[in-house]
Amino acid sequence: MINLTINGEARQFDGDGEMPLLWFLRDQLTLTGTKYGCGKGLCGACTVHLNGASIRSCSVSMDRLDGAVITTIEGLAADGEHPLQIAWATHNVPQCGYCQSGQIMQAASLLVENPSPNDQQIDDAMSGMICRCGTYQRIRAAIKSAAGGEA
Amino acid sequence: MKNIRQVNRRDFLKTGGVFVVGVSLFGCGKEKVPGMTKSLSTDPWSPDVYVSFDAEGTAYIISHRSEMGQGIRTGLPAVLADEMEADWSRVKVEQALGDAKYGNQNTDGSWSVRGFMQRMREAGATVRLMLEQSAAQQWGVDVSECKASLHTVVHQPSGRALDYAELVAGASELPVPGLELLQLKSPDEFRYIGKDLPIVDMHDMTHGGAMYGADTRLPGMKFAAIARPPVVFGKVKTYDTAKALAVAGVEQVVELPAAEAPAMFKAQGGIAVIANNSWAALRGRDLLRIEWDDGSNADYNSDSYKQALLETVRQPGNVLRKQGDVEQSLDSAEQTLEAEYYAPHLAHASMEPPAAVASVSADFCEIWAPSQDPQSLIPMAAAVTGLKPEQIRINVTLLGGAFGRKSKCDFVEEAVVLSKKLGAPVLVQWSREDDIRHDYYHTVSAQHLSASLDADGAVNGWRHRLAYPSIMSTFDAAVKSPVAFEAGMGALNVPYDIENLSIEAGEAESKVRIGWLRSVCNIYQSFAVNSFTDEIAHARGLDPKDNLLELLGPDRSLDFTDVGLEATENYPFETGRLRNVINLAGEKAGWGRALPEGHGLGIAAQYSFLSYVAAVVEVAVDAEGNWTVPRVDLVIDCGQYVNPDRVKSQQEGAVVFGLSLARDSEITAANGRIVQGNFNNYRLLRIGMTPETHVHLVESTAPPAGAGEPGVPPIAPAVANAIFAATGKRFRELPLGRKLDLSGA
Repeated sequence: MINLTINGEARQFDGDGEMPLLWFLRDQLTLTGTKYGCGKGLCGACTVHLNGASIRSCSVSMDRLDGAVITTIEGLAADGEHPLQIAWATHNVPQCGYCQSGQIMQAASLLVENPSPNDQQIDDAMSGMICRCGTYQRIRAAIKSAAGGEA
Repeated sequence: MKNIRQVNRRDFLKTGGVFVVGVSLFGCGKEKVPGMTKSLSTDPWSPDVYVSFDAEGTAYIISHRSEMGQGIRTGLPAVLADEMEADWSRVKVEQALGDAKYGNQNTDGSWSVRGFMQRMREAGATVRLMLEQSAAQQWGVDVSECKASLHTVVHQPSGRALDYAELVAGASELPVPGLELLQLKSPDEFRYIGKDLPIVDMHDMTHGGAMYGADTRLPGMKFAAIARPPVVFGKVKTYDTAKALAVAGVEQVVELPAAEAPAMFKAQGGIAVIANNSWAALRGRDLLRIEWDDGSNADYNSDSYKQALLETVRQPGNVLRKQGDVEQSLDSAEQTLEAEYYAPHLAHASMEPPAAVASVSADFCEIWAPSQDPQSLIPMAAAVTGLKPEQIRINVTLLGGAFGRKSKCDFVEEAVVLSKKLGAPVLVQWSREDDIRHDYYHTVSAQHLSASLDADGAVNGWRHRLAYPSIMSTFDAAVKSPVAFEAGMGALNVPYDIENLSIEAGEAESKVRIGWLRSVCNIYQSFAVNSFTDEIAHARGLDPKDNLLELLGPDRSLDFTDVGLEATENYPFETGRLRNVINLAGEKAGWGRALPEGHGLGIAAQYSFLSYVAAVVEVAVDAEGNWTVPRVDLVIDCGQYVNPDRVKSQQEGAVVFGLSLARDSEITAANGRIVQGNFNNYRLLRIGMTPETHVHLVESTAPPAGAGEPGVPPIAPAVANAIFAATGKRFRELPLGRKLDLSGA
């Protein structure tokens, strides 16, 4: 039995320990805000936080998560609006929206590590993410405005 | 359109009731279904198929086109809301079921606004007039004294006002007025049209609540992954399920019948693994041991196919358009130019791989799918299940990107087939490898261009030979040559004012399923034509922009109906509008400005989807051939636009899409199997290569034209032209790659 905390709630998992976290979230907890994109950590659509740091949930198996504290897009902001979520709206970032949960989670962990990143630091931190719609320019702008508190 | 409008307007009461069916088939359990469709039966008033009101005066506007990032769930409802003087904060947008009563729902070809703006305006104006009539009745005054404004109707002489909530009941008793009684707003009265409006799905998309193809959860739902034939039209010979069935969570394995040519949008067959979660299904699928009969497409190898295509375009082809005598002009020219261009297959690779849920019972079939063409699922489901169309309900989820792939709903058929077979709801989840290896590919292509210059250096001959498998081969395996509508995307309808001209198509057999991808044949035809135009400029010693404008000739309307292209009413091809965007792009980009060492500017322009786009790209190339794109300026004239922010975001996205295919993306086949499988080898642009992009919209009163696709075609040629400007070396094959071979430059 694996015990972990997800968005502040205690959860148990007793299935195949090789199952990646992504599918526990999506198929067993119905937390479908976290998306499948590639299954190999190549696109970042499945990004969540493990003990505050970004991970690709498609590539971290459940047997490594006993005692873990996981945050998904559904639990990112206790009051419902993280500064990035506000900035995302200000800049009208999403197009199809599918990758945006992962983008926001990745950006949120960046801002914890570096509250005022420059363009290069943003590009470096976000380089593992793919947005096929091509919203990158607005992602950059939204992260900067959230960091500057001007969202 | 006229018939649809009449049917919709007159039959609203009858058709409104359809919504009641099956709203909640699954009353308990951990169900999660897209909350986009509500029962309209409780609504007191539904004066038009696209709009209804509840007793509180909240307006529910139907979005009948599929949302895939273009913002249509905001755009078209905003048009309706504008005409009916709605307060946008009291509007809720609901996604339509797949149903012919909404008119065409096939969301492709960049024509949602073009096709439905007028219809939405009429629906909105109908509502506005009926609310004004309702107020006039309550007050006992003439309707001409009543004016709707922001969810209220005001009696102008007295200043009395009634909220829409107070008018709905009375309005519902009134006859729907004829179109001739409607007064559409003048543009200066527009409240939402032409203004930036945030997308209605913003909160859901940024908080994890948006629902896509794989997000529906139903009680008892099974999860399926499928091993499909690795070669198109291959068949299962033998298979061993032992290891798959040993995976915890896997419940059973189901063989699906193989598809026969033509491909259509049919499921391809294969072996399905059914499990109680997606991961077990995918893992079990990977552990199947299958021996395939690959069939006749196993001889498909991209290297040899490329050589054959290039050989084809070196020979005369079937003449699609001819004027003057280009052979004579080439033979007698002072100078001739020749060049060959090649572009590979592309995969759509939307971030959401295909996925769909179906629930089939003895007397009902319900589908939740990210479909660009929901109505097409009804006959498919009827054929699979034997049910009648009225027993089939198509829910359209959000589409996590589509780019043309999700018009082709083979993945939905898989879900219906499996649900019928299993007697349970089924989610079919494609892996990324499934997506990249079983696409309807943007086709590989080769083109050979020749031009003749006379003694004064003027261009007097243009010959364009092209060869690629046709999209039509997906529907009719006998088609072996590009058809007019394909060549008509930038080759057949080349707008240059050149005396002698020949456009020719060679034969090319399709060895994979060929489909349309964002901007379709414009991608490679624009690449060849705009690159070759640039080559002509340098041969003539002219500035590329000046050369381009000169080739365009005097402003005029072009008509290509005599060579088989359909004319669109009210949308002539005006070369003056193309000239205008070229000039504007030059201005905005500072064409001719001094650049740092290793930088270059390139320009390209394309008319597509009835819109006019020009782009200027700045590249920076270092001594080793590494290159970046510091800046792109793109100008689009798409006629009247609804939501400028979404038109701009589509162009920003088109720049990224265009740079992906210019730099990185390529699908190849070896022995019929697609080599690439995931984002490690099918590469897409990431944030670090994203240029500073400036989009400029031309304000226009011309009727609305396409916005989603037309930004893509000019990007790749503008990049190649900029690289030439920076390095003196011409690159004629896509993708250009991350590192240019500058030897000989």
